[in-house]
Amino acid sequence: MSKKIPYLCLPLNKNNLYTYMKKQLFLGDEAIAQAAIDAGLSGVYSYPGTPSTEITEYIQNSKAAKEKGIFSQWCANEKTAVETALGMSYAGKRTLSCMKHVGLNVAADAFMNVAMSGINGGMIIVTADDPSMHSSQNEQDNRVYGNFAMLPVFEPSNQQEAYDMIYEGYEWSEKWGYPVLFRITTRMAHSRSGVRTRETRPQNPVSVEKDAQQKYILLPVNARKRFKVLLDKQKDFLDASETSRYNQYLPIDKNSSHLKKPLQGLGNGQLGIIACGIAFNYLQENYPDGFEHPVLKICQYPLPKKQLRQMVEACDEILVLEEGYPVVEEQLKGYLGIGLKIHGRLDGTLPREGELTPDKVRKALGMEVISGYPVPEVIAQRPPALCAGCGHRDVYEALNEVVKEYKNTKIFSDIGCYTLGALPPFRAIDTCIDMGASITMARGASEAGIFPAVAVIGDSTFTHSGMTGLLDCVNAKANVLIIISDNETTGMTGGQDSAATGRIHAICKGIGVEPEHLHGIVPLKKNFEEMKQLIRNEIEYRGVSVIVPCRECIQTYARKAKKIKN
Amino acid sequence: MKTDIILAGVGGQGILSIAAVIGEAALEGELYMKQSEVHGMSQRGGDVQSHLRISDKPVASDLIPLGNADVIVSLEPMEALRYLPYLKKDGWIVTNSKPFDNIPNYPEMEQLMNEYEHLPHKVILNVEQLAKDLGAPRSGNVVLLGAASPYIGVDFSMLENGIRRIFSRKGEEIVEMNLKALRAGKDQA
Repeated sequence: MSKKIPYLCLPLNKNNLYTYMKKQLFLGDEAIAQAAIDAGLSGVYSYPGTPSTEITEYIQNSKAAKEKGIFSQWCANEKTAVETALGMSYAGKRTLSCMKHVGLNVAADAFMNVAMSGINGGMIIVTADDPSMHSSQNEQDNRVYGNFAMLPVFEPSNQQEAYDMIYEGYEWSEKWGYPVLFRITTRMAHSRSGVRTRETRPQNPVSVEKDAQQKYILLPVNARKRFKVLLDKQKDFLDASETSRYNQYLPIDKNSSHLKKPLQGLGNGQLGIIACGIAFNYLQENYPDGFEHPVLKICQYPLPKKQLRQMVEACDEILVLEEGYPVVEEQLKGYLGIGLKIHGRLDGTLPREGELTPDKVRKALGMEVISGYPVPEVIAQRPPALCAGCGHRDVYEALNEVVKEYKNTKIFSDIGCYTLGALPPFRAIDTCIDMGASITMARGASEAGIFPAVAVIGDSTFTHSGMTGLLDCVNAKANVLIIISDNETTGMTGGQDSAATGRIHAICKGIGVEPEHLHGIVPLKKNFEEMKQLIRNEIEYRGVSVIVPCRECIQTYARKAKKIKN
Repeated sequence: MKTDIILAGVGGQGILSIAAVIGEAALEGELYMKQSEVHGMSQRGGDVQSHLRISDKPVASDLIPLGNADVIVSLEPMEALRYLPYLKKDGWIVTNSKPFDNIPNYPEMEQLMNEYEHLPHKVILNVEQLAKDLGAPRSGNVVLLGAASPYIGVDFSMLENGIRRIFSRKGEEIVEMNLKALRAGKDQA
């Protein structure tokens, strides 16, 4: 078979020719990580969260990153991560911060204000969104945050673009003096493909800008100036979008046998199709021999006005294919929805929720979807479950037995493996909202009259966002029992180091939990009765009690044992 | 040439190790490939799948469209059937016959086998037993890959090279054991 050139969905512009290195199989996440290393990264600051975790893990495991001295230790949460990254950028170096979509909510304070200050060394913030909620509690689309902060958003359509756009993103970030929000979704994060890498670039030296204080001290007097600078910068961002090789208007070739034509069911006008990020792949999948409509591929925001105008001049109606919320569709449609006909997730051409698939796009294009065989009725659901031998199991077994003795127990839980306590056989928890909400909701419910009000939170989630809530409880002398189920790792995302390991008792004491109501226990069968008695006693104590059942995650334990054996 | 493969199983069974070998083989063959995986919550004993697409032309979608899969390769007999809407009418199923029963309402084996009756092309084999008989009890996944090898559109020799590259750091003995498992699987197909 002949040697293949690397697949890029669009030809390289003559000005953009560069040296490609060898081709490797990379997850989207890994392509991002490798690109950052190659672009001269000095530090990555992140908190684990599916589907973003593998970016930082890749850098942690990379020999090249180690040799280059790239910092890559996990942070306590996404906010500390973005702020630490900003500190490194302030000092002139290139930096990366990665999180899942809901993580950017935690980091939002830092994110919105770094848009005011701007940056020095190149800074990219990766948000890995999870439409269809494979491993998340919502499917928010963080392109909205990009608009909100008025920052450029990059959204690659394939793994090679993910690599290239990170590599080039650092140059853009430094040229503009602003961070780039880099948006991927689950499919891009966790899909593997061949990627060619580029030559490595040295790290930046330490350097602080001359006017740094006017940029980074956001007192109103400076902030007002900085906001004007940000507003002025918008035309540069737009110009970059309009000239980006990742945004392309593909008119119909006049000589082509395909004529632009309306789609079934979408009226009679000439139809143009906008495809954002990974949606472009699904569109291509359905036109293997070439598009039959003018297509605008968008991978960089703000929206490229010039190309949009070209499309509007050539078409009467537009179909918008985008992964996540109808962000582009809403912008084009306007509030009243008068003017140009726009089809997409809002008018039911595509489902309003859930990730796109080639089949959903196919249906929207008016083509027939031919399914294989039906799923037999005997197929049973197989939900995820706590591992056999997991310490959280022992905790829930004991807790369930004790709370049976009370009529109105409510168990406020949190984000992590122990959320699986919601499913049979435990059905042990009543809530799971956001990182840290177990402790604070328990207090609120207790003050409303719920008894017993119990919080169940993991160790990593506790140091991510539970400590401040515990301080509230202590200050309010709330009548709550807080169980910090400590497995000495961040389990659900695959066993990353937990910032809490070895520190929980000291933290609780320091926050002011009374030592006689702060207990540790090993959640094992042999301690079952003792654990029950402890829970019972502390439910009966009218104040803040903390029990810390601690036993290492059996997955990380097995991995370590295997390593030692080898 | 284009092959769409669905890999199925239960979280923790190791479908991604099969994908890794095929991926290595595809790279050697200078083929284009996209492979979407499941990470995160479902890995905890839930159903998992991977879409693997290999072609001599660029692959567009990371996901296989319905009714397009040439083969479903499954480490578990019920999980193979979960993805039937993706299978081509003349597609193949290659599956382990041994159930992974971690749910209270797992169907009777007879019911599952009835469903297989209706499907035209299938290979059903007990990969754990075959691996055990070979003296390679941990190579069940590779036995399954061997059984699927005629349907996945990559040369058998490239799969062998894929095994060599992936297992090389574990020593020659492990490599040989897995090559044996691959060939034994192929003999079952």
